[in-house]
Amino acid sequence: MSSTAETFQAKPATTHDSRWSLWLRQVAAIMRLEVEKNFFGKRAVLVYLLAFMPIGLLLMIAILPPGTRDWLDFAQYPLLFSIIYNALILRTVVFFGCAWIFMNLFRGEMVDRSLHYYFLSAVRRDVLMAGKYLSGLVTSIILFSVVTVVSMLLIFFPHFYSASVRFFLDGPGLVQLFTYAGITILACIGYGAFFLIVGLFFRNPIIPALLLYGWEWLNFLLPPLLKKISVIHYLNSLVPVPVSEGPFAVVAEPTPAWLSVPGLLIVTVLVLVVAGSRIRRMEIRYGGD
Amino acid sequence: MTVASEQTITFDNVSKFYGEILGVNRVNLAIPPGITSLVGPNGAGKTTLMNLMTGLLRPTRGRLSVLGIPTDQPEQLFRKVGYCSQFDSFPRGLTGREFIKSFLMVSGFAGKEADELTTEALERVDLVAAANRRIGAYSKGMRQRVRLAQSIAHQPSVLILDEPLNGLDPVVRAETIALFRQLAAEGLHLIISSHILHEVDMMSDRVVLLNNGYVVAEGAIHGVRDEMDVEHPMQVLIRCDQPSLLAARMFRDDNVVEARLHDDRRGLFVKTRNPDRFYLLLNEVVAQGEIEVESIAPVDDDLSAVYDYLIGAQ
Repeated sequence: MSSTAETFQAKPATTHDSRWSLWLRQVAAIMRLEVEKNFFGKRAVLVYLLAFMPIGLLLMIAILPPGTRDWLDFAQYPLLFSIIYNALILRTVVFFGCAWIFMNLFRGEMVDRSLHYYFLSAVRRDVLMAGKYLSGLVTSIILFSVVTVVSMLLIFFPHFYSASVRFFLDGPGLVQLFTYAGITILACIGYGAFFLIVGLFFRNPIIPALLLYGWEWLNFLLPPLLKKISVIHYLNSLVPVPVSEGPFAVVAEPTPAWLSVPGLLIVTVLVLVVAGSRIRRMEIRYGGD
Repeated sequence: MTVASEQTITFDNVSKFYGEILGVNRVNLAIPPGITSLVGPNGAGKTTLMNLMTGLLRPTRGRLSVLGIPTDQPEQLFRKVGYCSQFDSFPRGLTGREFIKSFLMVSGFAGKEADELTTEALERVDLVAAANRRIGAYSKGMRQRVRLAQSIAHQPSVLILDEPLNGLDPVVRAETIALFRQLAAEGLHLIISSHILHEVDMMSDRVVLLNNGYVVAEGAIHGVRDEMDVEHPMQVLIRCDQPSLLAARMFRDDNVVEARLHDDRRGLFVKTRNPDRFYLLLNEVVAQGEIEVESIAPVDDDLSAVYDYLIGAQ
């Protein structure tokens, strides 16, 4: 056995290039396992239910349109979608969907008592974290981008077909569609990193998730400086059709895209660095962790 | 790092506390190749020691390395180490083959290589026929074997096995013990924890006896037993035609502390602090031709006795 071990053992990384190719191979192997689990595991049911919420609601509206003035005026539709996107898709579906997907990347495996198989593999723990995070991203981005796109199409086309075709092909519709999908992707990146680290630090991650949910919802009441310590502030700044936050909202200058997008990405990287350091020191003590 | 430490599993004053609860305390060990068994009652610290060796736990104090590799470097450590833990759980939805191959690929093996190693490991534990069934449908013994296959699939130099014979039927147990012996003969380090003492006795080169988080004895079983001769004199049963006469002769030796007739009066139990001198004296008595000896057998020169003396009495 020991003699054949020389032949078969995964080659130790010696050069910079071979190290990177090993890490990429390992990340791909982790993603293969995790993406399948994220899409087809038992835990995926809740994410699908969440994802179906706006689509179901808009399907119902398509079948039974409300008689209110807003729904009879095509010019109001971009604003209507923006309201639905903000309140339902971004703050509820994407938020809780990411919470469920990313917190379960590590916490779920601890509950299932199967995380040790990763920890007993010849893989750096930060590479493991990268693989798991990317698998969460692939899952959430595919799922919630589809929800965003389908929801937008569902709000426009069933009611005003010809106007909708013109809006998307000749008007600002397509740009708005891509912008909303882009915001969804950024939300997955930002919330994903946050919930990954919550899953690593907290045995019961529901409480910190709810605290963040409250913080994000109350964002409109916060003074401008505190507004900036949230994900939703930067995402709202990117929305193509701004939504009024009501008479009690504290108005703050929106952060320009050239600042909010890289800012969100930098914060995400910093959170992932902290998560990497945490996972390097992590112990497996199922039940006692 | 010395050459010796690159060939051993080294614990240097290692302690592990779970909050205020003691896991293991001040462990100093240098485990060479061969089969080493960790023996002790529940809560003695066997699994803690194994989890420390594999980096699943970090020591509160002290340092340890496996073949010179610190245990906080999994990317190096698990090229050399395989661990079959006691956790009877698996990632959901995988077949036996997918389970083994997936984690080989996580370790960096390419697809074809991983396939070959997976098949080889499945063959070694005789699980090829069930390899494409989901692990969820496996029996306990099959789950134990698939975990064993996963731990040996990458052909490690050190194999750590936590209660590896649990759940196996007698035939598979015997085959598994034979596999362990074969692996040890190939130069591997095998660290095995077990509570079935006669099996440990059969397969181990060395034992580490643990109790309440402390190493109470370590070394070759007979070596450990020899060191206990003063406190626990060795007991030998001599089957012969005149046990009373033999008893009288034996008491000429100051090291003989007790002689007791067997219930059937066809044998004599003798306790001696110096077995070597005792056997010499016995040879002399037999050579004189007065007593006819049928058989001589040590009664407590095994792991069970060592365990009873060191741990069972506490």
